[in-house]
Amino acid sequence: MSWNTILFVVAPYVAIVLAVGGTMYRTRREAFSVSSLSTQLLEHRKLFWGSFAFHWGILAILTAHFLALIMPVIFDIWNGSQMRLFILEITGFALAAWALGGMLILIYRRLTSKRVQVVTTKMDVVVLVLVLAQIVTGMWIALGYRFGSFWGTNVFVPYVWSLITLRPRPELVAPLPFVLQLHASLFWAFLIAFPFSRLVHIVTLPLPYLVRPWQKVVWVRRDREFVAKEKKDRASAGIG
Amino acid sequence: MDVRAHMSMLFHLDKCIGCHTCSVACKNLWTDRKGAEYMWWNNVETRPGTGYPTGWEDQEHYRGGWEKNWLGIDLKVHTRTKALANLFYNPALPELDDYYEPFTFRYEDLFNAPEGKHQPTAIPISAVTEEPIDIKSGPNWDDDLSGSPIYAANDPNLEGVSEEVRQQMGEIERVVFNYLPRICNHCLNPACVAACPSGAIYKRGEDGVVLVNEDKCRAWRMCISACPYKKVYYNWSTGKSEKCILCFPRMETGQAPACAHSCVGRIRYMGVLLYDADLIQWAAEGSDEEMFDRQKEIILDPFDPAVIEAAKANGIDDGWIDSAQKSPIYKFVKVWNMAVPLHAEYRTLAMMYYIPPLSPVVSTIEEGLVRLDIAREQIDFELFNSLEKARLPIQYLANLFSGGNEEVIEKILRKMLAVRIYKRRESVEGVIDDATMAMVEAADTTPEEIEAIYRMTTLPTIADRFVFPPYHREMAAEAIFGDPLARKGDTGLGYTKPPKRGA
Repeated sequence: MSWNTILFVVAPYVAIVLAVGGTMYRTRREAFSVSSLSTQLLEHRKLFWGSFAFHWGILAILTAHFLALIMPVIFDIWNGSQMRLFILEITGFALAAWALGGMLILIYRRLTSKRVQVVTTKMDVVVLVLVLAQIVTGMWIALGYRFGSFWGTNVFVPYVWSLITLRPRPELVAPLPFVLQLHASLFWAFLIAFPFSRLVHIVTLPLPYLVRPWQKVVWVRRDREFVAKEKKDRASAGIG
Repeated sequence: MDVRAHMSMLFHLDKCIGCHTCSVACKNLWTDRKGAEYMWWNNVETRPGTGYPTGWEDQEHYRGGWEKNWLGIDLKVHTRTKALANLFYNPALPELDDYYEPFTFRYEDLFNAPEGKHQPTAIPISAVTEEPIDIKSGPNWDDDLSGSPIYAANDPNLEGVSEEVRQQMGEIERVVFNYLPRICNHCLNPACVAACPSGAIYKRGEDGVVLVNEDKCRAWRMCISACPYKKVYYNWSTGKSEKCILCFPRMETGQAPACAHSCVGRIRYMGVLLYDADLIQWAAEGSDEEMFDRQKEIILDPFDPAVIEAAKANGIDDGWIDSAQKSPIYKFVKVWNMAVPLHAEYRTLAMMYYIPPLSPVVSTIEEGLVRLDIAREQIDFELFNSLEKARLPIQYLANLFSGGNEEVIEKILRKMLAVRIYKRRESVEGVIDDATMAMVEAADTTPEEIEAIYRMTTLPTIADRFVFPPYHREMAAEAIFGDPLARKGDTGLGYTKPPKRGA
């Protein structure tokens, strides 16, 4: 098996299966361990500058990646004019730089705050290194292999779609430069680390909060009796 | 009418001696763990003072409770969308130092120190970093320090109290203070529940206990900001929020919560209150001064046949209704009109009640001197007739309890004084004269009521103070497992793993 197959067929599928299965297992069976593990109580000044910049920066970058994946045509049309291409590239680079700045503040915080170090695990270090590497390689590509938004939509997006549709075409990415292949491979590593680290808090984004009623009342007996009755009814009706 | 039952506690502040036994009992039972060292689910504050965490009543800073606007009420801490925007950094979260950095002592130094001229010492170390620290604050750092310009003068409840009176309160040898024990108020309109983005916090329908589901908590820590009483805490080690659970495992087996059970001054009472859940919204939307009256209005009379019928229709069994009828809380709150919640104006409808403290026995009323020229039998009535001169200003107590409504506090203090004066005259003089009877009438009470209040205040047995309904956990077990004996011999609570911090 060639490196190309290992990195761009085997690795992505293994990573996706692990990420999905692991996350489902952890959120259902190990729910107590799922938390954003905030350290704001222990240190808040540096966190304000770091967390805010990092999270919003990375969210914007990820959204752009996602949009390119689902509607590459829009990007191609936008990039039709050189001026617009520049605007897109510069915006992307600036957002990445913002996220990187936040990341560096967060790393500095981990290194200098004794209180934060007390709650830092080995996995936190792995996550920090992975995300940092991902941002740095991304910015490296933006600088060194310009017009990424062009080949990205025309070479990389079809490759990802080939993975999604279960007809992998790793040969598409084979001629891409090393940094690009590294950037993609690191994403699989990120996916593998996902269920085993604090990254899992991403899936708990509390969107239902926008619509749920303010108050929540739980009736131990009434709810339980209702569930028990439901089960019984379903059993007697031959369902489930 | 949606009748529900609530377990409530009442603190008779006139009896509190500030010994912190409640805090220690609670600490030993629930928060003697890593990450929870700084939490005091039960704490006792000296008032006037800044409390724990420092300045918790400053809602412009901590943004707790509900805010009235033209539409109704809204959380002070955030709107729904702002909640999501603030996930990455919560601007209204207290820092550890706002509570205090928990500490212990390096006791092994006492054993490991090399032989020398001097006794070895156990130096203080931080319970977080385990490094030597200089202890600069604690959970009751301002204990008994009322009158101090650093602590007492910064009490937000002094707002509206005149400069002259403030000076008097802080005068040396005339300093006045009272103790304020606090636990989670298990509110009817809890702001912590409403603020939780994950929906991890809930109120138990059966008894009103507000709990955090730690399997659902994701450490967005909005509850901590939203609670105006700062009674939800963040465990920095496990990354989960924690709070007072009203010792529900003890209540379910008929025992009083640890804080109440251990109370040396026997200031705590517990019992059932029935309330109308349909009126919660209405009650929470009153003006600051109306809040106390509205909150009292949604508490229902457990002897009213219509209420009993509605309660039964809602699944409240006879045992609970019987308990509600015997409840000492009901008597103090609704029958005798002597109890107030803490900071009614926070609009969370706190369900723990307080009987405000009478000022220290006065030897002085006029210009700081006792009026020895008046007849001995008149001295008793001096304070009763001029409550505005009480050493602990009515305005201060009103700010602390009734949302600034002074009339409520005055009525309560009058009644308490009436009980004191009436019983003293009865036991010392042996006869009740007309002047005393006139005072009883002015206090809007009767000799029978005075006798009942006196008994419940000074002579109650443990069964009078704590009236627990039958929880019928066996029925809950039956509902869950079908067979009530299904889990006999099991180890309990359903957790098979220690609560460890996730990776």
